[in-house]
Amino acid sequence: MSGMVETRGIGHWLTHAGLILGVAFVFFPIWLAFVASTVTQADIVRPPMPLWPGPHLVDNYREALVAGVNVPVARMMWNSLLMALGIALGKIVISLLSAFAIVYFRFPFRRMFFWLIFITLMLPVEVRIVPTYEVIAGFGMLNSYSGLILPLVASATATFLFRQFFMTVPDELAEAARVDGAGPMRFFWDILVPMSRTNMAALFVILFIYGWNQYLWPLLITTDPGMNTIVMGLKQMFPSGDDLANWPVIMATSILAMLPPVVVVVAMQKLFIRGLVDSEK
Amino acid sequence: MEKRVIFKGVWLPLLLVAPQAAITAVFFFYPAGQAIWQSLFIPDPFGLSMRFVGLGNFEYLFGNSYYRASFVTTAIFSTLVTAVSMGVALYLAVLADRLIKGSGTYRTLLIWPYAVAPAVAGVLWMFMFNTRIGVVSWYLGQLGYDWNHVLNEAEAMGLVVVASSWGRISYNFLFFLAGLQAIPKSVIEAAAIDGARFWTRFRTIVWPLLSPTTFFLLVVNVVYAFFETFGVIHTITAGGPQQATTILVYKVYADGFVGQDLGSSAAQSVILLAVVGLLTVIQFKYIERRVHY
Repeated sequence: MSGMVETRGIGHWLTHAGLILGVAFVFFPIWLAFVASTVTQADIVRPPMPLWPGPHLVDNYREALVAGVNVPVARMMWNSLLMALGIALGKIVISLLSAFAIVYFRFPFRRMFFWLIFITLMLPVEVRIVPTYEVIAGFGMLNSYSGLILPLVASATATFLFRQFFMTVPDELAEAARVDGAGPMRFFWDILVPMSRTNMAALFVILFIYGWNQYLWPLLITTDPGMNTIVMGLKQMFPSGDDLANWPVIMATSILAMLPPVVVVVAMQKLFIRGLVDSEK
Repeated sequence: MEKRVIFKGVWLPLLLVAPQAAITAVFFFYPAGQAIWQSLFIPDPFGLSMRFVGLGNFEYLFGNSYYRASFVTTAIFSTLVTAVSMGVALYLAVLADRLIKGSGTYRTLLIWPYAVAPAVAGVLWMFMFNTRIGVVSWYLGQLGYDWNHVLNEAEAMGLVVVASSWGRISYNFLFFLAGLQAIPKSVIEAAAIDGARFWTRFRTIVWPLLSPTTFFLLVVNVVYAFFETFGVIHTITAGGPQQATTILVYKVYADGFVGQDLGSSAAQSVILLAVVGLLTVIQFKYIERRVHY
């Protein structure tokens, strides 16, 4: 019965035309960055720059990855990878554990823990940057991976997601495990963790992108270029003052900065959409 | 809702919540408390002692024309970002929903800019509109329009709004399309049989049924515009020209780290905390409502 309001003829083509226009708007900035990463500096500084890729792709990307501007981009990508993985895995692990405790046990201050975690739901790191910076500086964690990762692991979204999921797990499973003499940790490892696999994967996709794309926090606590992440290091590649930016290398870096999260989104589209919808519940 | 079947023990669950409790305490509650505490003091010029000023920092802030201007800038900026990104996304989602085949392909083509960091988006747009070498600004020049967001305040605001909205279209598109596809086709067909044209159907049936999605996106996008657009502002305009694009989060950074004015920056953090609290309450009111559907 879907035939009733479908569009035919001109309306049909206008619909496609509108969507293609939207796709073009979304793609154009990235296309331009890609073109700029395949031409020479001379091509760019004499406007208008070409709109079709040139032959210098390999040179520019090699220069970016191996030499960079302040530090090799390969190094910054490595830092970003560790930060993103640390945040994603760290959040998933501590959230699984605390959600398990809150759902399957009755212990003193349980409600208090629940509400303390609950309050952290929406407060972004941007709001408490100065004092959080002082904590990290006090621990001597400036320019370190733990300094990059730990403050961003403190968030409640994942805990709530797992709590919601554990609530839907049938009581019979825990009952059966208890009758069979399995302890709580045995139940956790053998039943809950395998059952949560899809949730974990969906959450991982979202958190990996969140971690990779952090900007303000690495900007504050990494003064050593060797600890820069690629997303914040990109801006550091612009010279201060009137010097001309090395555009082909910077644009190659911007493509490299978006590549890993884009690949994750496109390759795991189903999990990504699920994670997006779940984490906004 | 509580589980009926539970495990016994006190130390094990405490051990299990310990990692999250410790990290939350050290990196969340302690800094938030520090922000509130510091907002009541002014450090002396040598940083040796703190002078208690009560609500003096807040009085100073609200009496400060730059801070009040930053509130207005934030309001304009977040309204525009929310309107542009939701408007374009809704338009595209309505078009994609009209297709019987192929909406999946367009979805794949439209969602992945979600993965591009705001700071990277900032660099891409700054490159296109660069006053010396930018392609778009060059073609605008050929048309007789002299683009210069480094000097022109309105152009600077326009550029950071477009750059902030651009990647956000993906996210809104996804939720709008899901919302549209959840509307029963039979309702729309019944209206079509009654002779309602597309626009009438949209206004009287689709838009009201879509309102939970729209409201949810409204809150989420305001939060995004408030807090997650720092990267765009920092890469394109650094708050300029003449603070025309200094939104509140940028000002916390500029006063606290660049200007080293800790008392003022802490007071600003506390004000932002209140804003976040307010938005959270709104969001939970909404979630409560949705649960009853």
